[in-house]
Amino acid sequence: MKLNVNGSTHEVDADPATPLLYVLRNDLELNAAKFGCGLGQCGACTVMVDGKAIFSCLTPILLLEGREIKTVEGLGTIDSPGPMQQAFIEEQAAQCGYCIPGMMMRAQALLQSKPDASDAEIQVTLEPNLCRCGTHLRILKAVKRARELMKTAAMTPASGERKV
Amino acid sequence: MKFGRFLTGLGALIVVGVAGVFVYAWRPEIAPIKPPERASFDQALIEHGAKLAAVGNCTACHTNPGGKSFAGGLTIPTPFGTIYSSNITPDAETGIGTWSEAAFQRAMRDGVGRKGEHLYPAFPYDHFTNVSDDDNRALYAFLMTRQPVKATPPPNELPFPLNVRLVLAGWKMLFFRDGAYQADAGQNEEWNRGAYLVNGLGHCGACHTPRNSLGAEKVSLHLAGGEAEGWSAFALNGSSPAPVVWDKDSLYTYLRQGWHPDHGVANGPMGEVTGNLGLLPDSDIRAMSTYIASIMGEPSAERRAKSDKLLEEIKSGPITSAISNDPSSGGKGAAIYKAACAACHENGRPQPFGGLDLRLSSTVHAPDAQNAINMVLYGLPAANGRTSAIMPGFADVLTNDQLNDLLGHLRQHFTDQPAWTDVVQRAADTRNGKYHVSVRPSDGIERGPSNIGAEDQ
Ligand code: FES
Ligand code: FES
Repeated sequence: MKLNVNGSTHEVDADPATPLLYVLRNDLELNAAKFGCGLGQCGACTVMVDGKAIFSCLTPILLLEGREIKTVEGLGTIDSPGPMQQAFIEEQAAQCGYCIPGMMMRAQALLQSKPDASDAEIQVTLEPNLCRCGTHLRILKAVKRARELMKTAAMTPASGERKV
Repeated sequence: MKFGRFLTGLGALIVVGVAGVFVYAWRPEIAPIKPPERASFDQALIEHGAKLAAVGNCTACHTNPGGKSFAGGLTIPTPFGTIYSSNITPDAETGIGTWSEAAFQRAMRDGVGRKGEHLYPAFPYDHFTNVSDDDNRALYAFLMTRQPVKATPPPNELPFPLNVRLVLAGWKMLFFRDGAYQADAGQNEEWNRGAYLVNGLGHCGACHTPRNSLGAEKVSLHLAGGEAEGWSAFALNGSSPAPVVWDKDSLYTYLRQGWHPDHGVANGPMGEVTGNLGLLPDSDIRAMSTYIASIMGEPSAERRAKSDKLLEEIKSGPITSAISNDPSSGGKGAAIYKAACAACHENGRPQPFGGLDLRLSSTVHAPDAQNAINMVLYGLPAANGRTSAIMPGFADVLTNDQLNDLLGHLRQHFTDQPAWTDVVQRAADTRNGKYHVSVRPSDGIERGPSNIGAEDQ
């Protein structure tokens, strides 16, 4: 079946019941999303579908025909990181880093639909995503920075970030 | 001339009638008092009042999510318009600080505010009228020693004539009988205690009894199933949808700990109820279970046999094997279930942290799809700061058609009930807020998810 990931269409040869996470990692070699629990309880596998944050470990690809999937790889590149990635780099917001892609995607979904989300909203929204290293304060700081960077990026269309 | 006299007579009659209604409806103001000092209340009485307030679940309606406890202002949508809950902190200006105990007793017993105004029955005085003077005294002591909060709720949004409180006297005349609980001499003490708690402060019927077009509980359908904040409050009588029959012991366990291995975890507003009941002594929970079990009655031999057989089958593990050729949705619903649900619902992890075997689920067996829709869309949010049952929500993953496929499969595969036919429409109304649903974690104390942080001091 066909999957639209990060703006390009991929022909995927997998059982329709396969969770998106496995297809992303094993078939498409997009390794940003991580496997943590496989039960929708940790958020390590969070990606975006049609602009919303979802647990890819619990989402069979049969639900995703014709929908827009986005992973951290779609937020920017190493040479030209998107605002969310840039913010995490600037704040050095990672210990082991395992939870970070999930955090980024959930934060991205929030700020995309609500560019002026309050600090409290950011905190509540990120609640489903766990961080075992206790990096929470830096993560929150990074997301707040991303909130500003995304606004600046939106004003300068020449930047590397593709418009959503 | 004759006609003139008739008119005069009619006029006089109307005047007398209006005056009569007024006299009937009018209640005097009870003089304001200076807010009492904390020291004027016995500490043991305050503590007793705290437990009673938990039974009454006062905080649920009188606290705005994220706001100060008991300061009111919660939006309560009703079929007639929107009501905002009142501030019941002892603030003299905006709360009940100037209420004497007599004024408080009258509000509970008769549904009348201190100034003599009739209260809207969103405040369940049709139940609270059962509460004893002593218990009201303790509740009063508890509420009057809370932190006073200056907060005025927004004005109610009700159309004329419902915005005229005098009209409520008519409602009361039709539907309200005041008076403290009278023990049923034919029943034992435990049963009577249970009835007192269930029908009085517990006001179980406010959700579990269906209402008539004027918003009053249908007395003849006592606890036959109603509605609560966007959830079906299942029948607690013989028509309970539970696949495994409830009994006194299972009711006790469920109310005591908020879940039962044969029934699952309390969700929606019931999570908050079982959370609150945590403050009650075992004996009171037992009494409530005894009473509700008597309302449910003895199941028929056939029902009992079915229930026993199911429990036997459950022991031998899940029944997924046959799902791939489920015809209900061309196999789509089955595939969704297998890929998205079975990892938890069939992994053998026991309740309350494992997913419930859906053959046991009242929600999947229920007459309507609302609770199933709520569960799948919003899941069961995690409680704050403690282990709790949790289920992720699928609102952002499933389209309404996909949800329909899934529920079609659940109904077909796990129950012997007919398919639900209105899932797509219901789901749409639930998502767009036309049908308002409140979502809470399993311990219910936190009013989550958007209510994380209701301050409880
Ligand atoms: S791996 Fe998906 S939520 Fe944990
Ligand atoms: S940085 Fe290690 S889990 Fe979050």
